[in-house]
Amino acid sequence: MKKLKGLILSASLLLAVLFLSGCELIVFDSAGPMAQIITDVINWSLIWIGLIVVVVLALFIVFVWKYRARPDNEDYMPPQEEGNKVIEVIWTLIPIVIVVILLVPTVKSLYALEEVPAEYADQEPLVIHVTSADWKWIFSYPEENIETINYVTIPTERPVIFKLTSAGTMQSFWIPQLAGQKYTMANMETELPIVAEREGEYFGRNTSFNGEGYQEMEFSVEAVSQEDFDAWVEEVHAHAPELTEEEYYEKLQPSHLGRETYVGTHLQWINHAEHGGNANERILNPEAYRGHGYPGKIFHDPAEVPENENENGGGHSGH
Amino acid sequence: MDIKWDQILIIEEPIMFWTFIGLIVSSIGLVAGLTYFKKWGWLWREWLTSTDAKKVGIMYIVLAIVMLVRGGIDALMMKYQTAVPENTFLSSQHFNEVFSAHGTIMIFFMAMPILFGIMNLVVPLQIGARDVAFPKLNLLGFWITTAAAVLYNIAFLVGGSPDAGWTSYFPLAGKEFTPGIGNNYYYVALQISGFGSMIIAINFMVTILKMRAPGMGLFKMPMFTWTTLITCLIMIIAFPIFTIALLAGMLDRVFGSHFFTVADGGLDMMWANLFWLWAHPEVYIVVLPAFGIISEVVATFSKKRLYGYHSMVWAVIVISVFSLLVWVHHFYTMGVGPTVNSVFSITTLAIAVPTGIKLFNWLFTMRKGRIAFEQPMLWALGFIPTFLIGGVTGVMLGMASADFQYHNTLFLVAHFHYTLVGGVVYAVFAAIYYWWPKFFGFKLNHKLGNWHFWLFNVGFNLSFFPLFFLGLDGAARRMYTYSAETGFGPLYMLSFIGTLLIAAGVVFFVINMVYSSLKEKRITDRDVWGTGRTLEWLVPTPVPAYNFAVIPKVEALDEVWHRKETGKALAFDEKEIKDIHMPSHSGLPFYMFVAFFISGFLFVWEFQALAIASLALPFLGMAINSFTSYDEGYYIPAKEVIETERKGGGEQQWKAK
Repeated sequence: MKKLKGLILSASLLLAVLFLSGCELIVFDSAGPMAQIITDVINWSLIWIGLIVVVVLALFIVFVWKYRARPDNEDYMPPQEEGNKVIEVIWTLIPIVIVVILLVPTVKSLYALEEVPAEYADQEPLVIHVTSADWKWIFSYPEENIETINYVTIPTERPVIFKLTSAGTMQSFWIPQLAGQKYTMANMETELPIVAEREGEYFGRNTSFNGEGYQEMEFSVEAVSQEDFDAWVEEVHAHAPELTEEEYYEKLQPSHLGRETYVGTHLQWINHAEHGGNANERILNPEAYRGHGYPGKIFHDPAEVPENENENGGGHSGH
Repeated sequence: MDIKWDQILIIEEPIMFWTFIGLIVSSIGLVAGLTYFKKWGWLWREWLTSTDAKKVGIMYIVLAIVMLVRGGIDALMMKYQTAVPENTFLSSQHFNEVFSAHGTIMIFFMAMPILFGIMNLVVPLQIGARDVAFPKLNLLGFWITTAAAVLYNIAFLVGGSPDAGWTSYFPLAGKEFTPGIGNNYYYVALQISGFGSMIIAINFMVTILKMRAPGMGLFKMPMFTWTTLITCLIMIIAFPIFTIALLAGMLDRVFGSHFFTVADGGLDMMWANLFWLWAHPEVYIVVLPAFGIISEVVATFSKKRLYGYHSMVWAVIVISVFSLLVWVHHFYTMGVGPTVNSVFSITTLAIAVPTGIKLFNWLFTMRKGRIAFEQPMLWALGFIPTFLIGGVTGVMLGMASADFQYHNTLFLVAHFHYTLVGGVVYAVFAAIYYWWPKFFGFKLNHKLGNWHFWLFNVGFNLSFFPLFFLGLDGAARRMYTYSAETGFGPLYMLSFIGTLLIAAGVVFFVINMVYSSLKEKRITDRDVWGTGRTLEWLVPTPVPAYNFAVIPKVEALDEVWHRKETGKALAFDEKEIKDIHMPSHSGLPFYMFVAFFISGFLFVWEFQALAIASLALPFLGMAINSFTSYDEGYYIPAKEVIETERKGGGEQQWKAK
């Protein structure tokens, strides 16, 4: 019994630590308005969740302690209560009220997260295409005509719209300090608007398991001032090599790459959000994924599907 | 043809090699032991071919405990690997295979079979029936589940283990990205196990609806029976979805179709939708019976009627409806837009209401009671705070915008372990301690039980509470390692220590079963705990093959408590006892085990024509059953029944007229 109480006490202490240490955890350390919207929702939920936990645990401890079997109440015959309509209605209504209290800001935030925040709406957003491949992140700047791998440089205090897709397996794009996650999926496009308000280097990664190289699928976000961003663009054009088609398809093969920078984007040859079934022979290479164990059959389709007949593949955008 | 043995038998790594050797040695030991003690006949007649629901139930539980050990060893390997940064104990590929196996085995071959086992043992007794509606089908369900379990479990040594997670998402799980045969095991084995689950669901639904003792209306059924009924209903609704998804996935992998591929217009996200359309209800398939168990245990050991029985029943029904309407919350991050995400946030959070009702009802059942801290009650008491944490973090995850930060992190992993371990496993241990003496005639040792409970409980919280923080600090799930700079090290280490305590707890549980079988005092009281409420406490201990010598007439909810209150005897009038008709044992379900295993194996290994031809094997079994093996069953003579009743009744309770 004592042990039980001790356990509950330590559990609630740990829970208190959760609230107190919240600000040190990466999810609570937002560097922009989109992540802040989510942090606010989480904090709001923690207050109500905390309340529920405290009330239920208090009832639990009091009841278990007060009504425990003791040698001196051996003959006590508990009343065989069937229930109580009033009490039961009350504890149905209270959770409903709490659920509504939690849902209202949730729904509001869901709509807010899809749009560039009002105070930045007058600026022209920077559009960056994100393509995930096994096991690297490819960032394309169509305006600036730049392609980077495993890092992305963005200007602060300016909206950035990430257009997400995948060259193969599904992945989840996450920069905890700037925004929540969104999936990258082949033949589809999803959008994620963000704004970075603090300069700095932010950690990003894939959270959706996609095979052997999954763990290392990280990237970093370099948030710099607009001037530094312009300077970076110029520097890239001055020094970085030109991206070639051959080289690009080479990079799609399963591999780990370091940080790389190129002039030109792969969007001139292929946009994986739209390609449908046509370029797959060139992109997908099952042989490259042969591991240990017994090799299974690989199915090569004899004829490619003509472009106009393939309507399923391209048009299935996330929105 | 040159056969590449290193691709067929995966033993190049030392862990695999020694596991392989260990399995060979223990199999030889088992066969030798059975032969030496001349136990083959006994095993065959008394167990493997028995259509007695109680024996089928015990076989399910044995299967589940073996799988618990296998899945537990997988867990230990993962936790050991991640205990320190940059550990090299497991390679990435090996780690991926291990976590895939852990999830799949724990859900399909541990949680479900152990609950099926408990249902088999308890439900017929709780409704005053002598057996289930279809005894032979029941045994068939067990053998089909076992065929699936064996097929899935040989994968890691024979041909390669599935490595795409227990969710086995396409396109990763498709031939485009995992061309080895490993993932075939997932689709084929789970397809087979689905047949087993469907058989159980139909059987118990019919049993509960048609075989209740006279007088037992639906609202006089014990809570565990109610939750079993609703579970069966969800299984019948949800499993066909999974069957179709698995079939499409298998066709993609083995026959080259394009349901879920990246190339040629496949829709990979369709898998995620179909999977979770089944898998979210699946969560309730395992957790509802757990709620039922907790309801029984809390009432018995508080010496009180279950508070708000009617609202408890309606809560379960409402949960079952909502369980089918929330699947999108598993991929809010798919980018389906704010409207869809809002709708699914609402349905998800709505489930919190009936779940909250259940929690309050349990608390108020204890209020004004006399709470005895017997082993089953300890687990029920441990269940309440752990499940509370699992529940409230579920609400947090259900809020779609917040989920964008929790999704696929260790926060999520912590949450579902708090519901599945804190909910299901705690309830299962409560059930085992609670009903054990009814079937074996002795209680499990109290002291060893305490060790089991406290090691497991402390270990569990130590193992999973830190994961909430790791998740909020950016640790994604399924990572085989991490760098020291992340600062994840200390909490991961704490989690590993917790896992060791859990393992120690399970060791005490196994020791307890062995020790108690040898040493614990034998009891013959019908009402083993003295505060039993439902019909299972009316029959002799240990339960005879026929369950009830006379089918009882039910007057109240908690019939046994009612009889004790009104001073009626627990025993039956000897004059009413007649010869009892029983189902014969049958070897056919075992044949079906072999048939399904062979056929499944051929599909996994992509012998396309041969695999399709081999489907004739199970159909042959069905034909034999339909046309040749008509069996009348047998009778237990009344004289024998009377003798058993006298012996097994506990002298003080046997009031023969």
